[in-house]
Amino acid sequence: MNQAALKNLLYRLADDQLILGHRNSEWNGLGPILEEDIAFSSMAQDKLGHSLQLYLLLNQLGEAEPDTVAFTRNAPQFHCCQLVELPIGEYDFSLIRHFLYDHAELLRFEALGQSSYEPLAQVARKLKGELKYHVLHANTWVKRLGSSTEEAIARLQQSLDYTLPYALGLFEKTEQEEAIIAEGIFIGEDALKARWEESIRAILSQTALQMPDLQILTPVYGGRTGEHTEFLQPLLDEMAEVFRLDPTADW
Amino acid sequence: MTPILTATTMDKPTILTWLEEVKDPEIPVLSLVDLGVIRDVVLQENGGVLVKMTPTFSGCPAMDYMQRDVERVLHAHGVENVQIEMSFEEPWNTNMVSEKGRLALKNFGLAPPPVYNQVLDLDILEYATCPYCNSQNTEMRTPFGATLCRSMHYCHNCRQMFEQFKPV
Repeated sequence: MNQAALKNLLYRLADDQLILGHRNSEWNGLGPILEEDIAFSSMAQDKLGHSLQLYLLLNQLGEAEPDTVAFTRNAPQFHCCQLVELPIGEYDFSLIRHFLYDHAELLRFEALGQSSYEPLAQVARKLKGELKYHVLHANTWVKRLGSSTEEAIARLQQSLDYTLPYALGLFEKTEQEEAIIAEGIFIGEDALKARWEESIRAILSQTALQMPDLQILTPVYGGRTGEHTEFLQPLLDEMAEVFRLDPTADW
Repeated sequence: MTPILTATTMDKPTILTWLEEVKDPEIPVLSLVDLGVIRDVVLQENGGVLVKMTPTFSGCPAMDYMQRDVERVLHAHGVENVQIEMSFEEPWNTNMVSEKGRLALKNFGLAPPPVYNQVLDLDILEYATCPYCNSQNTEMRTPFGATLCRSMHYCHNCRQMFEQFKPV
């Protein structure tokens, strides 16, 4: 097994989950209704759990302990896409991001359930059951709000148009892409993107929202190779604030 | 005088009975054996016991407590060498909750997870049975609840909110 290719993929998967998990947790106490507060907090908890399982796989491959990896790196060492690091903004943005991200994540982990790297396949088969609930939640609200009032539709449409180029950044390929596909570790970003597009269209077509032509959008790339927005470093500083007070403390 | 158990007098059914004492910290009526997270118990030649466990939800904070409780209970029964192996090899799903466990959940006021075949279709969530009045005239309010494993529902018959242990 090509370790470099495998680690490259695992870091991308784990960092996406960790950073979006942290962003979701920022809705704790601020949700527009109590159920949404709980939903985003629960998804945050799931995603942190997912990142932990993926960091453990990296640990088994010789990388540092999960806490060290999560809390001691700086922004340029992160491999998450820029989509997940954007601030939570208004609820319409967070909902659209959640919708676009989790459709991709569920399909990604469904495909990874067939990975030639068995430890990853086992974790993927476990996580996809949890991710189904994230997709169910996103679909429920996109369908409900996406065909409700004029304001709700306009807000969601604006967020959709704004967020899609970032969402395309989920499928940014790295120099390991060919090896990852050749080794059967993963089906590859292009194949995933095609499934994702079909999956989100199926839901959006049940709403008043218009899906822009993805061909004419410019994807926001860079995250996979450590180029990030100005928003990531402050998030990392906040997330690691307590850990960095005493990295050797036993919890 | 209590006889001292050694590896020769200890067997798997006995150990499983001891492990019945370990409850899910978030659902104190449900033992880990009935929850299905204890997948196997292996007696080792050195007299130790290997307990194979699998996590419920990957982000469940109760898993650490469960591991510690397993160790504590086995130590209390005189097993000195306890090893715990956490694995996704046989990933947990709610079909692994035993009949006894389902009844305990219902009596606790938590609708047991519906048993499903092979593929979990999430429409199944819409059809929770109220644990208080057994009505199926219920509606899912949100797939997320007080803990990762619960969804929230409303019963139109007895007009109460209730929680369901959600199927995964």
